[in-house]
Amino acid sequence: MRGPNIVVCVKQVPDSAQIRVHPVTGTIMRQGVPAVLNPYDLFALEEALRIKDRLGGRIVALCMGPPQAEAALRKALSLGVDDAVLVSDRAFAGSDTLATSFALANAIRRLSEEKPIDLVFTGKQTIDGDTGQVGPGVAKRLGMHLLSYVCRIPILDMDSGTIVAHRWTERGVQVLTSRLPCLITVLEGTSQGRFASLPEMIRAARQPIRVWDRKAAGIEDLTKIGLKGSPTVVGKVFAPSRRSERAECIEWEPDHPETAVALLWEKVLARQPEWAAMASADARKDGEEARSE
Amino acid sequence: MSEAEGKPAEKKGAARRKPTFDPRLAEYRGVWVFVERDLSGVHPVSWELLGAARRLADQLGSEVGAVVAGVPEEALDVDSREAIAYGADVVYQVGHPVLAGYRNEPYSKLLCELVKRHKPEILLLGATSLGRDLASSVATTLETGLTADCTELAIDRESRALAATRPTFGGNLLCTILTLNYRPQMATVRPRVLPSPAKVRDRSGQIRKEEIELHEEEIVTKIAQFLPHVGDQVDLALSEVIVAGGKGLQKAANFALLEDLALALGGEVGATRAAVQAGWIDPQRQIGQTGKTVRPKLYIAAGISGAIQHRVGMESSDLIVAINTDPNAPIFEVAHYGIVGDAVALLPLLTRAVRGRILPEKATPSGLCASP
Amino acid sequence: MKERFDAIVVGAGPAGSAAALTLARGGRKVLQIERGEYPGSKNVQGAILYADSLQKLIPNFRDEAPLERHLIEQRLWILDDRSYLGSTFRSPAASEAEPDRYTILRAQFDKWFAKKAEEAGVLLICETTVLDLLREGKRVVGVRTDREDGEVYADVVILADGVNSVLARKAGIRPELGAGEVALAVKEVLFYPQETLEDRFGIQGEEGVAIEMVGKITRGMVGTAFLYTNKESLAVGIGCLLSDFRREKIPPYVLLERLKEHPALRPLLRDGEMKEYTAHLIPEGGYRSIPKLSGDGWLIVGDAGMFVNSVHREGSNLAMETGRIAAETVLELKEAGAPLTESNLRLYRRRLESSFVMKDLRKYRHVHEVLENNRHFLTTYPELVNRAAETLLRVDGVDKRAKEREIARSFRKRRSYRGLLSDAVKLWRAFR
Ligand SMILES: Cc1cc2nc3c(=O)[nH]c(=O)nc-3n(C[C@H](O)[C@H](O)[C@H](O)COP(=O)(O)OP(=O)(O)OC[C@H]3O[C@@H](n4cnc5c(N)ncnc54)[C@H](O)[C@@H]3O)c2cc1C
Ligand SMILES: Cc1cc2nc3c(=O)[nH]c(=O)nc-3n(C[C@H](O)[C@H](O)[C@H](O)COP(=O)(O)OP(=O)(O)OC[C@H]3O[C@@H](n4cnc5c(N)ncnc54)[C@H](O)[C@@H]3O)c2cc1C
Ligand SMILES: Nc1ncnc2c1ncn2[C@@H]1O[C@H](COP(=O)(O)O)[C@@H](O)[C@H]1O
Repeated sequence: MRGPNIVVCVKQVPDSAQIRVHPVTGTIMRQGVPAVLNPYDLFALEEALRIKDRLGGRIVALCMGPPQAEAALRKALSLGVDDAVLVSDRAFAGSDTLATSFALANAIRRLSEEKPIDLVFTGKQTIDGDTGQVGPGVAKRLGMHLLSYVCRIPILDMDSGTIVAHRWTERGVQVLTSRLPCLITVLEGTSQGRFASLPEMIRAARQPIRVWDRKAAGIEDLTKIGLKGSPTVVGKVFAPSRRSERAECIEWEPDHPETAVALLWEKVLARQPEWAAMASADARKDGEEARSE
Repeated sequence: MSEAEGKPAEKKGAARRKPTFDPRLAEYRGVWVFVERDLSGVHPVSWELLGAARRLADQLGSEVGAVVAGVPEEALDVDSREAIAYGADVVYQVGHPVLAGYRNEPYSKLLCELVKRHKPEILLLGATSLGRDLASSVATTLETGLTADCTELAIDRESRALAATRPTFGGNLLCTILTLNYRPQMATVRPRVLPSPAKVRDRSGQIRKEEIELHEEEIVTKIAQFLPHVGDQVDLALSEVIVAGGKGLQKAANFALLEDLALALGGEVGATRAAVQAGWIDPQRQIGQTGKTVRPKLYIAAGISGAIQHRVGMESSDLIVAINTDPNAPIFEVAHYGIVGDAVALLPLLTRAVRGRILPEKATPSGLCASP
Repeated sequence: MKERFDAIVVGAGPAGSAAALTLARGGRKVLQIERGEYPGSKNVQGAILYADSLQKLIPNFRDEAPLERHLIEQRLWILDDRSYLGSTFRSPAASEAEPDRYTILRAQFDKWFAKKAEEAGVLLICETTVLDLLREGKRVVGVRTDREDGEVYADVVILADGVNSVLARKAGIRPELGAGEVALAVKEVLFYPQETLEDRFGIQGEEGVAIEMVGKITRGMVGTAFLYTNKESLAVGIGCLLSDFRREKIPPYVLLERLKEHPALRPLLRDGEMKEYTAHLIPEGGYRSIPKLSGDGWLIVGDAGMFVNSVHREGSNLAMETGRIAAETVLELKEAGAPLTESNLRLYRRRLESSFVMKDLRKYRHVHEVLENNRHFLTTYPELVNRAAETLLRVDGVDKRAKEREIARSFRKRRSYRGLLSDAVKLWRAFR
């Protein structure tokens, strides 16, 4: 039995915990915000690596982004990925999810010329774009079966080309059977990530990363990428308007917390007429019951 | 919109593309909602979307369409009539055995077909596991723009395009996204972000049964089994009262104080990511950017700092109360009332005050809350 | 068989990257190991970068390094509780020629600098902590890291792991840090719109301002404070000897808060958005706390070797200088086919002695003890000079000569003639 040939899409994103908004103009201050491998993609990587641990095969990490995004791929390499491709071209600037999925799909097609691809993994979503659209988009463009929000892959049979995946939904888990090649978006929290060994780190640091420009990624049609290939247009970017007034804080004396709490509850009830009515009805009823006893 | 956000380049792009509106796109009319349904009924987000669709359609002077699809049972008609009661003018109803249970292939095929047939201008879906999966596939197939997780939908005066506003950069900013030269314009909205519209029982509308060719043999992916979530599965998004705790509660055991209060109020317990990561509570109860969006009548935040990623999930709650030892905690910027103090000490007192003044369950008027 | 490198450099701060870059350029196979997520991710500095030492390594760094602003103005303030007396040196000419100092953000600078080393052929791995030196007999032959299969070998290990240098201490190369040999500095970065900063400091484009502060703000502890302008932020910090903090029992952040509230600073800091608060040690011991600098198969560079000129707040440049010189020493010995033994590596120290590094450090070797033993320099004088300025400048009908007499009296009252004289001598000796 041969091991699967896997592509994992990973993106480099600004660490959103460290992003600040310009207090006056409301624009993003990117200065000094470190870029990280999209945390959700780590779960996709781990899932792919586990399959490789079990069945062998080969994993290519694929990223579209500026030259610095190499760092994200380096990280993927250190975790045990075999090969890494960075798709990088000025022409991609301004791509929305539709254009991104086009570029990635083309790159995957190129990769499958080297060796047919059995499985593509993506994260559930990115923390900057936050859309979860790229994975399904790539699947559609490649005509691969889409399995989204997957939390477990109990069966992957390379001989028959079948896969069983657990797909999370709000109400329960769908157990889906499908056929390769397919694209899987991996739910977060499915696994604990791994820690690379020193020789793996050294190998990853040494390994060249393939950088493909538009042409190398097999993209002829310029109207499908970058701004031109992006139906969505950002009209304006602005800071959320905060409520102007701050919370009304209940003043209280350390000795009498219960008074403060009671006052707070009164205020809440005052804002919720229905509840207040019910509360007083209860009180009345309680009173009547007490009397009738 | 992953790459595009916030770079000055797009502004230029917007300006450049505006004048060349393709007249063929004018054929596209109507605001559609894909009605998400399963065995247990329609997901409330669909009704919320119909409310928004109604507003948009009125502004555009067009109709509201609802797509109701599933296995051919009476339920389809019931749900179609409900859709009309919530604001739909036309319901496009598709019944087919292969539609039992959601699968990407048949559903995206049927939705694409309907769009091609009837050319709606706007297509809205819930940002649920189903809606996101379906919307992405449909948008890619139709090669049109899709804006995920919107918090506000409006019509842009100048272009008459859908102005879909959504948080970006971890909720630090909002951006308004337009799809100018492509139709339909698609957007997903999370449950509980939009208010639920009033239901008008005797609204009139048309139900159109649509035929779509679907063959089970052609669908590769099969649903072998459905394993409903067991145990502690609540839909926080639908709770009317939420008592949420954060890192400030200091240890897992103190979450019991939240439960007591939640019980007294007939509400549910929620948490910050910090609390979830500490292992104090089930991840399903996380509220915020990477958790749930909630919109209860009352939100009590105990020991929660109010990080932006948390606030985006709860700040449209009707009434927010915060308890925090730090008077400068950002949570007080979104709260209506606050107490500066130790939540661990104050929560039991609050529970007692609530018990004394109002009885459990009765606080929540509709049957919506606290679904088992 | 385990892989073997010509050199392993521990740490990717300025010292480590300077050493690694130099070695790689000399054609050596170098492994650089950094524990942070990326170079600079945890590093703390004011931060002013002095150009010279970097220029020797990367002559055109001005074109590509992530620099914030170049300083056209330096102020020195002597603060008492409510006022300050200061000097300002401003020379916009600095913006014309090649400026000699810049403000930087270490997280970005270190990343860039390490990248340069990588481009020269250094193999850099991050998120990996070196736990121990590996020895064969007395000779250091490699390091052990916290990763699985984590041992790796080299002809020489260069310790560039910063002021704490747990490694050097564990290996017995350096004694435990004395609390009097290091300063604890705390620092905040506050963010502002660029225009606000430029208006407040009267600067434009790439110009920047640095303010160094001494006086009562340190509550008699030996230390200084600073404020530097970056592009969209400013760094404000204060540092004092760790031993003083311990004795006075003032938490460092309290000191920083008080500094920020000082009437001279408050208006400059208004409405900033706090982004980061960091604390870090700075070697202060100077010349006399420099440890043994090399041995069989190892060398020590940068803060790990206590190379900081605290009087002039120079550290990162000394780090680069020592990193480069250490690497050049290794290259030279290797070229000559000489083994990297303790005696051969002594060449490193000899090289340093003839560079500005050792010369400067030797010059100031008495400063600290003088200050430590004469705390009135840090409390009484700032107050006196501020009072004096106030007296002299106030127009209140008193004639100027009478004012001068009053000032002289106030000085004598607080410090006798003899005291004043001996203070002058002490200071002259310390800084000569
Ligand atoms: C990509 C990304 C996504 C994220 N998504 C989410 C998300 O979906 N939801 C979410 O919640 N977070 C999210 N976060 C994390 C978020 O940034 C914050 O770290 C988190 O919300 C903080 O949780 P907290 O308020 O419980 O903890 P802290 O920030 O540690 O705050 C604890 C608070 O408790 C107060 N306190 C301490 N003791 C007491 C006491 N005895 N009584 C009362 N108050 C006390 C403190 O003053 C403090 O304000 C995300 C972060 C990132 C980077
Ligand atoms: C508040 C403050 C202000 C300062 N201002 C200035 C200034 O304005 N100008 C100036 O020139 N200097 C200044 N300095 C001093 C300057 O920061 C240092 O002298 C300089 O950073 C020393 O460089 P280094 O490479 O020796 O050490 P560091 O910059 O400390 O680098 C050491 C590196 O080694 C890594 N490391 C440590 N241990 C291990 C391990 N076991 N395994 C792997 N990696 C490890 C660390 O993560 C770090 O990246 C200031 C210092 C402080 C604290
Ligand atoms: N530029 C990109 N390069 C590689 N993979 C990407 C890129 N953008 C998105 N992805 C993948 O698509 C997933 C969903 O991204 P998004 O639609 O942006 O939320 C991510 O988790 C990645 O796996």
